[in-house]
Amino acid sequence: MIITQSRDWERIEADLDEIGASRVFIMGCGQCATVASTGGEKEVLEAKAKLEASGRTVTGWTIGEVTCHSGGTGLDTRKRSGDIEAAEAVLVLACGAGVQTVADAIAKPVFPGLESVFLGNVVRHGVFEERCQMCGECVLDKTAGICPVTTCPKGLLNGPCGGMWDGKCEVVVDRECTHVLIQRRLVEQGRHAQEVLSPKDYSKKLKPGSVNLREKKGGSR
Amino acid sequence: MSRLRDALERGEFVVTGEIAPPLGTDLAAMRQSIETIGPYCHAINITDNQGASLHLSSLAASRIALEMGYEPIFQQTCRDRNRLALQSDLLAAWTLGLENVLIVTGDDPRSGDHPQAKGVFDLDSTQLLEVASAMNAGTDMLGRPLKGSTDFFMGAAMFPEAEPWDIQLLRAERKVEAGARFFQTQAIFDLAKLERTVAVMRPLGVKVIAGVIVLRSARAVDFINNRLAGLMVPDDIVARIKGASDVAIEAVALATEQVRAIRDIADGVHIMTLGLDSAVPQILGANQEA
Ligand code: SF4
Ligand code: SF4
Repeated sequence: MIITQSRDWERIEADLDEIGASRVFIMGCGQCATVASTGGEKEVLEAKAKLEASGRTVTGWTIGEVTCHSGGTGLDTRKRSGDIEAAEAVLVLACGAGVQTVADAIAKPVFPGLESVFLGNVVRHGVFEERCQMCGECVLDKTAGICPVTTCPKGLLNGPCGGMWDGKCEVVVDRECTHVLIQRRLVEQGRHAQEVLSPKDYSKKLKPGSVNLREKKGGSR
Repeated sequence: MSRLRDALERGEFVVTGEIAPPLGTDLAAMRQSIETIGPYCHAINITDNQGASLHLSSLAASRIALEMGYEPIFQQTCRDRNRLALQSDLLAAWTLGLENVLIVTGDDPRSGDHPQAKGVFDLDSTQLLEVASAMNAGTDMLGRPLKGSTDFFMGAAMFPEAEPWDIQLLRAERKVEAGARFFQTQAIFDLAKLERTVAVMRPLGVKVIAGVIVLRSARAVDFINNRLAGLMVPDDIVARIKGASDVAIEAVALATEQVRAIRDIADGVHIMTLGLDSAVPQILGANQEA
């Protein structure tokens, strides 16, 4: 899921001040931002209280079912068109994809209410870790299911680097070195040591990504 | 031909030193350091944004050392440049007369003076060694012929004291397969670990230049143990240095002993003075000349 974190509240207030918005509509997200405890009902109501404390009026709020989904967000915003019409700005407590979906769906100024930080594994409730950067050319087949692109802080495909000490990472010193973990797991599984991986093909991951299953069978990139 | 390569291939015990280019354009102090240690060294490493902190480029500073009559080891890290810039700088280095190159990963930007910087690491050090080998064979990394090739003498870093050893060793062997002809090690304190390193590297035909660091002050010891990645000063040496009445004198004495012992084990010694350049002749032994 997409991990979001709260955003510097002063920056949000400054964004609203910049366009002189005293009436605000708030939109959360029922998916990732709810699980991340950043854009669910509780957090939306907290944002409402803060906006009211700074003298603004909240014309209404809603939790989008899947805020990054254009169709659903179109529907969610149409349902609340009166409240949105009454507002001068919309604050979105969702990831950047969700914010843009809302900004496309309505004509009002839309501001991000969260910081989008990574694609995360839910390790346990409230604990998220980045394990995949969606590089478009997965090497997990060669690396015993441990991603060096993401979990080695330098993103080295071949390691360890010279800073590894006692199996620990040079950069994030309380973590095991990814490359030690990879070699160990390969041995445990009776597989041969990791071969030298070739440089990554960054053309596999050109911005902006786009997949259209309707255009071509199997999708295109 | 590279004097370093020539000496190593003839089986001579080599001495390398290390210089960090300045943060700025005033070269006086760097020239002074080069003049001080240069006469005792077969070659001098010119670091590349050492410690992930801003310095004048190794490319320019290496050329300056060469013009001063000393042989540089151009250092290239993978941290600051993508594959286009790395290849372009390797070609530049060769045309500037830089024949030795030390290829290393580089510290992460978050440990340096620009923690906001993007760490590039488009290639890792093994991959970059392969690229430099391709250039020696006359092609770029895509296999396209170069108009004029290189003939670098390539080195890599290794860390004989860092465990797990089996994984270090595998990594070092991969670097040799990728084209490394010599290793410069992190500062070594445990000579048994140096011996085991040399024992496996010799049969591969690769030379080991062992690192010696001059622990010139108590602060330097603490800095190494707390801040420097991949290096730990063992407790007995910490006690010896910190307990000395004159730390600098003790540090030079220790380094001198280490160099003497390393002569019987490795193919050369790499001296990191931490600024105490004037001690180099003494550390190498009174009658030593490079
Ligand atoms: S290699 Fe890592 S970043 Fe790339 S797709 Fe696989 S898990 Fe994700
Ligand atoms: S110690 Fe290991 S995980 Fe950490 S940066 Fe170096 S190679 Fe990557």
